[in-house]
Amino acid sequence: MSMNITRLSSCHPGEGGRIARLTEDGPVGQRLREMGVIEGTGIKVIRVAPLGDPMEIEVMGYLLSLRKSEAQFVEIEVAG
Amino acid sequence: MRLATAVSRVALIGNPNTGKTTLFNALTGLNQRVGNYPGVTVEVKTGRCGEDLEVLDLPGTYSLAAFSPDEAVAARALIGDLDGSPGPDLAIVVVDAANLNRNLYLVTQVMDIGIPVVVALNMGDLAEKAGITVDAKMLSGKLGVPVVPTLASKREGIVSLTAAVRAGIGGDRPATPWNGPSPLEAEEAKLAKIRPAGRFLLRRGIVDAGGSAEEALIARYGESVRGALAAARERIKENTGLAPAAIEAKMRYTFIGEALAGVVDRRPVGRSFTDRADAVLTHRIFGTAIFVLLLTGIFMSIFSGAAPFMDLIEGVFDNLGELVIGWFAGSALEGGMLESLIVDGAIAGVGGVLVFLPQILILFLFLALLEDCGYLARAAFLMDRLLRFCGLSGHSFIPMLSSFACAIPGIMAARTIGDRKDRITTILVAPLMSCSARLPIYAIMIAAFVPAVTVFGFLSVRGLVFAGMYFLGIMVAVAVAFLLKKTMLKGPPSTFVMELPPYRLPALRTVFLRVYDRGKAFVMRAGTIIFTMSVVIWALGYFPRSSDVLSKHDADREVAAATLSGDDLAARIAEIDSLESGELLRSSALGTMGRAIEPVVEPLGWDWKIGMAAIAAFPAREVVISTLSIIYDLGEEGGADEGNLIAAMTASKREDGTPVFSLAVALSLMVFFALCCQCGATVATIRRELNSWKWAGFAFTYMTVLAYLGALITYRLASALGA
Repeated sequence: MSMNITRLSSCHPGEGGRIARLTEDGPVGQRLREMGVIEGTGIKVIRVAPLGDPMEIEVMGYLLSLRKSEAQFVEIEVAG
Repeated sequence: MRLATAVSRVALIGNPNTGKTTLFNALTGLNQRVGNYPGVTVEVKTGRCGEDLEVLDLPGTYSLAAFSPDEAVAARALIGDLDGSPGPDLAIVVVDAANLNRNLYLVTQVMDIGIPVVVALNMGDLAEKAGITVDAKMLSGKLGVPVVPTLASKREGIVSLTAAVRAGIGGDRPATPWNGPSPLEAEEAKLAKIRPAGRFLLRRGIVDAGGSAEEALIARYGESVRGALAAARERIKENTGLAPAAIEAKMRYTFIGEALAGVVDRRPVGRSFTDRADAVLTHRIFGTAIFVLLLTGIFMSIFSGAAPFMDLIEGVFDNLGELVIGWFAGSALEGGMLESLIVDGAIAGVGGVLVFLPQILILFLFLALLEDCGYLARAAFLMDRLLRFCGLSGHSFIPMLSSFACAIPGIMAARTIGDRKDRITTILVAPLMSCSARLPIYAIMIAAFVPAVTVFGFLSVRGLVFAGMYFLGIMVAVAVAFLLKKTMLKGPPSTFVMELPPYRLPALRTVFLRVYDRGKAFVMRAGTIIFTMSVVIWALGYFPRSSDVLSKHDADREVAAATLSGDDLAARIAEIDSLESGELLRSSALGTMGRAIEPVVEPLGWDWKIGMAAIAAFPAREVVISTLSIIYDLGEEGGADEGNLIAAMTASKREDGTPVFSLAVALSLMVFFALCCQCGATVATIRRELNSWKWAGFAFTYMTVLAYLGALITYRLASALGA
């Protein structure tokens, strides 16, 4: 089974995978890491807000809201 | 006999939504007070637990990385930098048993500080329902600190918790919560050689570029620290290819992952209630519809639900006034100054405002319920995209929604916003949301001057005007925020990383305490600022008693007594009394001042009485109602039913005999108060929260200008349309 790298922002509800890399090192990246969005953790898109943004994602067993512009920093491995 | 023991200080900290406030209430009961710490932008609640423990309730936070003011306060309080006193003797960290992974992140940061730590493992009952069982004893062994299971909402585990706290005070400091050496520690050791500030401060200083630890280190060791920290960050990045923050998160989550191995047992359970509820509540169509219906329902219930209680309070004050008049009847003081002060000044003024207590309590009750059950976070999730139009994010939604109850908790809720420019913008526009102090003004003006008719068979015009006032505030706030973010507060795009907590039944005790606090604050305001303003306004309207006016009317009374009798005489005397009161008011200090400012308010369609009422309302908007009540009571307008402000306003005439009030005047007054910043407490809160008179002055000035222009345009438009 091969693995593909994709950005969390392009996932649809129900899709997800293992976080491969977080490409932001500023305050947003720090906040995301503190909230458990770190390399090696599983992450999944649950649903998207009625106006198309932000996204509701599941990470470390809880729910987190992220804008697509922030989900773009999260590169995930998905079974392809 | 026991010797008096020294009081130990215990800090209570935890992630948001872990039941921290409920635990604080369970520990301290009603024995709480809000401590003020000069120079910092925060109120930290403290409470006593027994004779020997003082508990500090710190703001809920995910991390001590101290970028938002809430986090900074929590971090500073923990290291004892908040009020000059030494830091707390022990920290209780509250964690959600269902979400240990992320909650332990904060625990490991608190363990860095070097004071004893006790973990309160809260909400195990809800975790069980989610199929999660935690072995507290094993976790305690792995972390090296006591872990006590609690159910704060049922007040279970409190005794064991306080026992663990008392045993822990003065005990060992926890070991470093890392596994193995890290590049961070090497740099910390280097810095510590010349700046021995302690593990926590140095670590935070290296990791959080521009954060509050960096500021604290600069304050202690001078400007050179900034360069040393930047160099340390550079070396770490060069040697490892990772940012210090990434290393910190990796080290902590690795430690947590190993600590939790074998501690947490997960059984598969069906789809969670939260997931099923979210499928509906954040649904494209149903979610939006429920959101709109919920807000409409809340505002409608404020009116229908509060009405019987308001009638009750009004009745009490009416009876009180009559009781006092009864006491004076027959005494030497009948109809004298003291009677007027009590009945026309104090009772009319304070009663006119206190009558709105039920509406305010209902509004705060709904807000507290929605927040504690987890819905407000969903509302912010739904609104984020819309708020982005004006450069803000969903984070600004909760401060703005709270501002519909009162701008003060709204402005304080903005502490959770990390981005400084977003935070300033939110604080500056929050007072434009129609708060509960505007309710009395809208309610009275609409009841008096907007016809009770319906359009399209079901829409009440009164309801529409009312909703329109709220809508006006929102639209103006959007426009102002948009302009601010484009000009003075231009910055990088805002972000929106926010937890969506599981839905939960609110702890009724916590909700009750919050509503009680707010209600108490309102009554205190009525008892202090509004009472004082009422007495001042009464005095200005009562003095000086022109002897010319008094003697002229005495002469008229003598003539009447000589020429008339029976009912005719009584009617004539009543007429003379009314004329005399009116002329006395006009010649009083209030009347003289009012006439002087009349040209300024005339373009808005106001007479001098409304103008004076608006000016008197500078410290608090509600005062406009109490002032009008006093003015009309003193002037004895409205005839026999003088307690009734609506009757008095309707009957009030200008000198040329035309009515003072029309629909256009009422609308102009409402728009003015919708947009103005006439609330001393709001201005003071803005100053304190932003630590700047400049922003407080800016908020007051721009809102006053908008209010005047808005009232002017409204009056002209409405008059042109024949209102």
